[in-house]
Formats: sequence, structure tokens, C-alpha cells
Amino acid sequence: MGLIHEIDYGTKASSNTKLVSLSIDGQTVSVPEGTSVMRAAMELGTQIPKLCATDMLDSFGSCRLCLVEIEGRAGTPASCTTPVAQGMVVHTQNAKLAKLRRGVMELYISDHPLDCLTCSANGNCELQDMAGAVGLREVRYGDEGANHLDSVADTSNPYFQFDPAKCIVCSRCVRACEEVQGTFALTIAGSGFGSKVSAGMDEAFFESECVSCGACVQACPTATLMEKSVIEMGQPEHSEVTTCAYCGVGCAFKAEMRGEEVVRMVPYKDGKANHGHSCIKGRFAWGYATHKDRITKPMIRAKITDPWREVSWEEAIAYTAAEFKRIQAKYGTDSIGGITSSRCTNEETYLIQKLVRAGFGNNNVDTCARVCHSPTGYGLKNTYGTSAGTQDFDSVDHADVILIIGANPTDGHPVFASRMKKRLREGAKLIVADPRRIDIIRTPHVEAQIHLPLQPGTNVAVVNALAHVIVTEGLVDEAFVRERCDMAEFVDWAEFIAQDRHSPETIEGLCGVPAKLIREAARLYATGGNGAIYYGLGVTEHSQGSTTVIAIANLAMATGNIGRPGVGVNPLRGQNNVQGACDMGSFPHEFTGYRHVSDEATRELFENTWGVALRGDPGLRIPNMIDAAMAGSFMGLYIQGEDIVQSDPDTKHMTAGLRAMECVVVQDLFLNESASFAHVFLPGSSFLEKDGTFTNAERRIQRVRKVMAPKNGYGDWEVTQLLANEMGMDMHYQHPSEIMDEIAAVTPTFADVSFAALDRLGSIQWPCNAQAPEGTPVMHIDHFVRGKGRFIVTDYVATDERTGARFPLLLTTGRILSQYNVGAQTRRTENVAWHEEDLLELHPHDAENRGIKDGDWVKLASRAGETTLRARITDRMALGVVYTTFHHPETQANVITTEFSDWATNCPEYKVTAVQISPSNGPTEWQVSYQKLSDDARRITAPAAE
Amino acid sequence: MSPDRHVYMANQIGKFFAHQREDIAVDEIADHIRSFWERRMLADIYAHLDKGGAGLDPRVILALRKLRAGTAVAP
Repeated sequence: MGLIHEIDYGTKASSNTKLVSLSIDGQTVSVPEGTSVMRAAMELGTQIPKLCATDMLDSFGSCRLCLVEIEGRAGTPASCTTPVAQGMVVHTQNAKLAKLRRGVMELYISDHPLDCLTCSANGNCELQDMAGAVGLREVRYGDEGANHLDSVADTSNPYFQFDPAKCIVCSRCVRACEEVQGTFALTIAGSGFGSKVSAGMDEAFFESECVSCGACVQACPTATLMEKSVIEMGQPEHSEVTTCAYCGVGCAFKAEMRGEEVVRMVPYKDGKANHGHSCIKGRFAWGYATHKDRITKPMIRAKITDPWREVSWEEAIAYTAAEFKRIQAKYGTDSIGGITSSRCTNEETYLIQKLVRAGFGNNNVDTCARVCHSPTGYGLKNTYGTSAGTQDFDSVDHADVILIIGANPTDGHPVFASRMKKRLREGAKLIVADPRRIDIIRTPHVEAQIHLPLQPGTNVAVVNALAHVIVTEGLVDEAFVRERCDMAEFVDWAEFIAQDRHSPETIEGLCGVPAKLIREAARLYATGGNGAIYYGLGVTEHSQGSTTVIAIANLAMATGNIGRPGVGVNPLRGQNNVQGACDMGSFPHEFTGYRHVSDEATRELFENTWGVALRGDPGLRIPNMIDAAMAGSFMGLYIQGEDIVQSDPDTKHMTAGLRAMECVVVQDLFLNESASFAHVFLPGSSFLEKDGTFTNAERRIQRVRKVMAPKNGYGDWEVTQLLANEMGMDMHYQHPSEIMDEIAAVTPTFADVSFAALDRLGSIQWPCNAQAPEGTPVMHIDHFVRGKGRFIVTDYVATDERTGARFPLLLTTGRILSQYNVGAQTRRTENVAWHEEDLLELHPHDAENRGIKDGDWVKLASRAGETTLRARITDRMALGVVYTTFHHPETQANVITTEFSDWATNCPEYKVTAVQISPSNGPTEWQVSYQKLSDDARRITAPAAE
Repeated sequence: MSPDRHVYMANQIGKFFAHQREDIAVDEIADHIRSFWERRMLADIYAHLDKGGAGLDPRVILALRKLRAGTAVAP
């Protein structure tokens, strides 16, 4: 096993279907029209020397190293900027070219420190390689002249450094920041000899707009931009391709290793979700896996007020099983359950739900998708027939109008946001419906045509108004609707939506968006070409979350924006394996593949496979489990990889429910907030320590590959298996691939999925079966999965969470770029340098009215609870709306959020909480008492001496 | 488990189907509750129904009665 070296073709591939034949150094090659001579040569295996060219970027033609001769043409053109032509005869090497290249290299090296032996790029430096390739043997210019060798390195970024002394000003970093990331944080300042790479307005990298995606570091051909981990550890010696464990984009990375230590994570060019790009989290924030806070030994305690006691795996598993059996004997079969994790693999998730259904003998299994995208599952299944997004990410390259509703892709899904921004720079139009002026509304070379700054809680009213305009102004794609949808349901819906009460003019006072803007947005979406909708938790986390998903599905059907590239309904999934956790039967009412437990044929299939009778009635959802615990009938819970105390709403209710239970088992990397209420702690394994698969937001199943032994001794799937066997099951998987084989056998949409197929194809988008053996990038092409598309009436029902005299503001919560979910991982990395605390964003007028200045401590109170945090005053907030994140347990933003939830799925209404803010001098009583509880709960008794 | 909470949840479901003709809405409400509510939640709301069903919307009451009687038709 060595390092995976991806071929750099120098320039991008051409998508042209017409082939052109040419001769290069006497060999004939046929390539698509539009291909560069450099790339055509590389197709033959001929590496033309280059420095400024790389196939992640557009051709630039500045380094003058890739010169070639072409018969019949004058001079020595750059092969990176010269397209192939039919019959062209190219020579890549002769005495003249060799002399020219050596001359160019000599100039480069004349202003470069000759410290190769101690340089961090030694062994992986393109400049070094090119010096060798062109046969450079001397530099005639000496080192007395003007040079840049004394330039001072910028080490401000925690993850990489910029050493201008080593810079050859090839502009690859600047172009990567522009073309790949789309941030435009870098530029070449000055001119001529004074040219230099500059972050922002000649600022330190950390102080500039740089978002630390790492694209510049990846693009740099020298050690100018270099990961600090490489500087510290040296060059890696082997690598494995794996999948990021952060957001739902599912970026593929090469984990580059020395032994069992990660040296760096490098985005994999062949990754179909990320195409070689990354963000600050996946690229750099992996240090949590070896953080000192990690717990690697099992622990138990009789009461949650006791200190933890380290025990053997055997004792921990035996204790857990005994407790669960005792509870079931005392309170009944339905008194225990489990929660699967969107951060764990498909195989691990599948095993938990199998343990619950077949081992516990009930259907009390749920997953964290309950609190994020459960309405997506409900809404899209009922309208289209399947609980997933309709497109692949590449589809955005064909979109003409992008409608973002309740999503903040530059922070939540940054790698996909870069693709989206690229398409917008190419001319696609942008409509954003969001209470905040999120970054993508105005970012370099991108400006939304329309921003609908709606009041939180009015999504359905606004989407209905968009549909109203489309129906009443004759913008419906009637041919599509007639052919693809149920006409009777369409007629009912159209009659409903055409009612005046849904008009923009009627609802503008309600939603706060001028009617004119809504009409313009509807017309643009319906008539602007391919219309693609991307949405996030700003849609789902409402009391009408499912209704909004359905309304969005209606909108796409009415305009014919379904069933081809460039269109569709695209939920941006929050965590890395939310889609997979849902696919794997984590919901209490569904087996894998979204089949209801009451379906007898499906149940029989599982009964035959698992050899046990199964229940056909739905189990408890997470909030129902907590309610049942409070009522005394639900007493044991196995939580794998979730922190429901920090992530779920109404913290006081949640903690009261957990306190009421007799055996709470938490399996995690760290003693998270939920572990404070646990009786058993089972140490978890990181994504680097196990094999398996994740499924991203585009239904793409990708491999997770083990690069180091589990620090705790077991992969999470093995821990579940130990518990299952102790509970009396007969579970003996030798490898996660065997679990996937079982998933494929019982799940029609996964029928042809296997580790072997994934290794062969790289990744697979389900459905993957006899009809689609290599997967399905775009769904509903000829017909909807359910047959005819179903229009469903979506009446607007105001949330019962209302502002008033006591709580006059609306709080909405979300996340930011550098932190992830409850922060358990990112808070244990250098990412805290960007976001060390949760802040409350509020409009300047709301701040002024309350005497609050930027940076002040403020008390944030709702009828559910109160906390304190510091204020950030910004006019990107709408008047009357405040915003915060939930990344830090010291803040516990969810002590503020309420018990209101989506009517169909119980997904919490995180996005609408009536609050008041006031100046504060310090933490609330609740924060003080919670901190004490948290400290006490983490006490670990030292093991007794032998 | 709290009857108030289940009454609230059941009425929320009822509101989604409020535009439907009554017989269809009742079956839709019943089907939704059958599909997603665990047996303790059902037992709790039935107990509340037996005490008069205070706070429950009329269509929700009809739906719960049909569901318990096994006469609700899957839409």
C-alpha cells in the first residue's frame, strides 16, 4: 500500500462529444474537441513540463514551461492554452524546447531558496520535479541580485502557512480561490518583480476573507502554502480514499498517513460529490479523533450522580444487557428503545434498528433525522413516492434558476455552495427565501436577483403565493402536468391555490415580503429555464415543515421542473449520513427502503431473514420516548452517536425525561451532554477507525475506509453486535461488507449494492438494482416512483408560537461554517479560532431599543428557558428576528426552543421561538446549575490498584 | 404521557386535512395516526376520548372512533 497518486492532466476535460485526432511525438491520439494539447499528450502518458497548469483550474498560460512546437504554426505555443485541432502534429521535446524550458526554470530557481533537504515539500514538490524534468544543472545568476528570500512566512492560519519566499507566483492559489472555492480572497498584488500573493487587502490569512477551504494549499506546486501538519510530521507514505464525516455533501478524501497517524486529508479528485474540493471542516478539522478528551474505555455507574467507573467491555456489555432485560421484565417489552446516528455508517445504523426490532422486540427506534429532515421523508414520499432528493449535485451545472429556501449553503454545505456559486457566476439566476441576508445573496461575482426576507413561520404562505402566481398567470407546464401527474388532484390543488387568499398581495402583510417580489420570483422560477430548488432545515424545522416540503414538491411539478438534469427538489441534508440513517430503517414506522412496518410482505421478508417474529405497529419517536419516560413507561435507551440533550429542543424537558429512565446507554467518542444523564458509556470509534458506507444528500453511497485501529478496541458495529448477542440474538458478522450484503438482500433499492460494486464504481446513487445496475443520478425521469405525481393541498396554518408583549422577538437557530452540529468534533479542533462561542445576531434597531451594544452579554429568554450569550449586531438580520447557533454546550441554545413540532413527523420547530433579550451581567441560574451538573457528571473514579 | 400533548398533536393533523371533504378527511386523519402513533399514544388518546374528548376537533374525534373500531378506510 502506497500513496494514491491521481493523474494531473494539466487542464480540464472537454465535454464535447466530437473527437479530434492529432499526432503527438509521432503517436496518434483522439480526444474530444476543446481538449488542450497538454491534456491530449497526458492521455498518451506524455507529461509536458508545467507549473501554472493543473486540471482543477482553467488554463492560464503564465509559466511558459509547457511550450511545444506545432508543425505549420509559428513559435512555441503553450500547450495548456492551445486546443487540439484535427490533423495537428505536435512535438513536445526537442533541443530548442529543452533550452527554452531550462532557461525558464533557471529564472524561477534564481529566486527560490535552495533548501530542498529541509523543505516540507521535499519529495512532493512540483518545482523540484520540473527542475529535474527539464534537466536544470546550473543557475547562472547567483544570489546577489534582488530576490524574495527574506520574506516572512504568514503562520496566522491554524492549519497552514504561507511562505512567500518559496512562491513562484504561478497564481494557482489565486485561481483556486476564485474558480474552485469562489471566495476571491486571494489576489496577486503589485506588478512585475514586486508581484506577490496577497490575502484580502494585504492582510494575514487568518484576518482576511479566506474561509480555509484548503483549495489554495492543494493547488500550490511548492511549499509556499503548506499544511502545518506536513511541516510538523513530514510527507505521508500511504493513503486510503474515504468519505468525510461532517455534512451531507459527502466529500471524498484521501486520508494521507504515516503509519497510523493522519498527516493530512486531501480532497479526492475522483470524488463524485466534491470533485476534489473541500471545506475547513473536512480538510482540516479531523484532530478530534485523537483528542485527549476521547474516552476509550467503557464505564458504568448505578446512578447518574455517581462518578463513572471504568470497566471491561465484557462487564459493560453484560451490565447493559442485564439492565435492559430487567427493565423489560419489570415494565414490559416496549419500555426500552434505541437511537441511531447520522454520524455512523449505514451498516451500524442498520444493526441498531435490527437490534431494536428483532432483539428488543419492539419498534422503538428513531434517529436524529427526526429533528432535521423527517418532513422531507414524509413530504417527498407522499408527492413523488420516495423519501429523497431528486438530483445529483452535478445537476446544478445545468440549472438556470436556483431557488434556495431555508438553507445557508455557504455555511452548512460549503463544497456544494462552491459549485452553486460557480454556476451563478456563469449566469444562472438566484432567488433566496430566508429571513436573514445570508452570504450567498451577495458574495464576490454573485448577487441574488431576488431575496424574499420572509418572517419565520410563513414558509407555506410564501410558497403557496409563488404557486398562486404560477397558476393564475398561466405559467403552469400543462403538458408535464397532464402527462406526469394525477389530473384530478392537480385540478383540486389549482382551484385551491388560485384562491385570492393565497395571492402575494393578501399575504405580504403576514410574511413581510412585498407582493411584487413574490410575483417576480414566481415568474423567474417558472419561466427562466431549468428551475432547481434547494432547501434545508429552514423549511423542515417548523410546525408546518412537512407542509412546506409538499408545497415545494407541488411547485416543481406545476412548472415541470422534475425528471431531468438542472431541475428538481433538493434537500440539503445536515449530517454526513442523514440520508443513509433514514434509508436504513431508523424510523419507528419503517423498515429499510421506507416500507411501513405494517406491510405484511415486507415484514415477512425481514422475519424470514432475521428468524424472529416482528411487530407491525409503529414504535415511539424520540419526543414520544421522552414523554413516555416522564409517564413512567419507557425506562431504557441505547443512544449511538447522538447528543440529544444538546441537539434536541426544550432541553429541560429532554433532561427530565432522561433522568426518569433507569438505564441510559451512550455510545460516543466523548462524554457528551447526554452522557451526563447516562448509566453506561460505551466508547465509540471515529470514521477513521472502521469500514462501512455513508449516503450523502444526493443518495450517493460511498465507502468509509479504516485507516487506523479503533482507539477503543472496536468499531461501533462490533459494539452493537456484542450487545445484541448478550441480549440473546445470534449476530456474527465478520465485516461490515456482510451487513451491506444483508441490506441489499432485504432492500429493493439497494439490491445491487455491495462493497465490491462500490470499489468498482467508486460510489453508487440508489436506486441500484437490475433496472439501474450502476445507480440513479436523477430520479423520476419518465415517471414518478409512485406512478403519477400527486399534488396535495397545503393550507397555511400559523404556528402557535406567537410573539407578544413578554416575548416580542422571533429566534431562529442554525449553524456556521467552522462548527458542526453540537460541536463535539469541531470544538475539539483549531476551528474554535473562528467561532469560540455562540453569538446572538440581532438587528441594530432591536439592539438600540434595548440598550445593547455589540459584544455585550445578553440574556435570551423564552417561555421554555433562558441563557446568556454575547450579542453581535448586524443588519443582515431582519427587524424583530434574532439568530444564534447551537454549537456550544455552555450556551445550550436549545434550552430556549420549545416543544412545538411538525404536525406530521414531530420534527421540532427550532426556527420559530418567541423570545426577549435584555442586558445581562453573567450566566443564568440555569447555566450555573447545568455547569455544575456537567462537571459532576464527568467525574471518573480512578481504577482500583491491582 | 400527556393527553394535552396528544390532543394538540391530533388536532394539528386534523388541520392539515381540513380542506378535504369530511369523510375523506376523517379517513386521512385516522390513517396518519395509525401509521405513526405508538400504542401508548393511542391508548392515551382513546382514554381521553372516553372521557368526552375535550379539546379534540370534531373530525379528529370521528377519525379516532373509526380507527378504534377498525372501520377507517386507508386512503
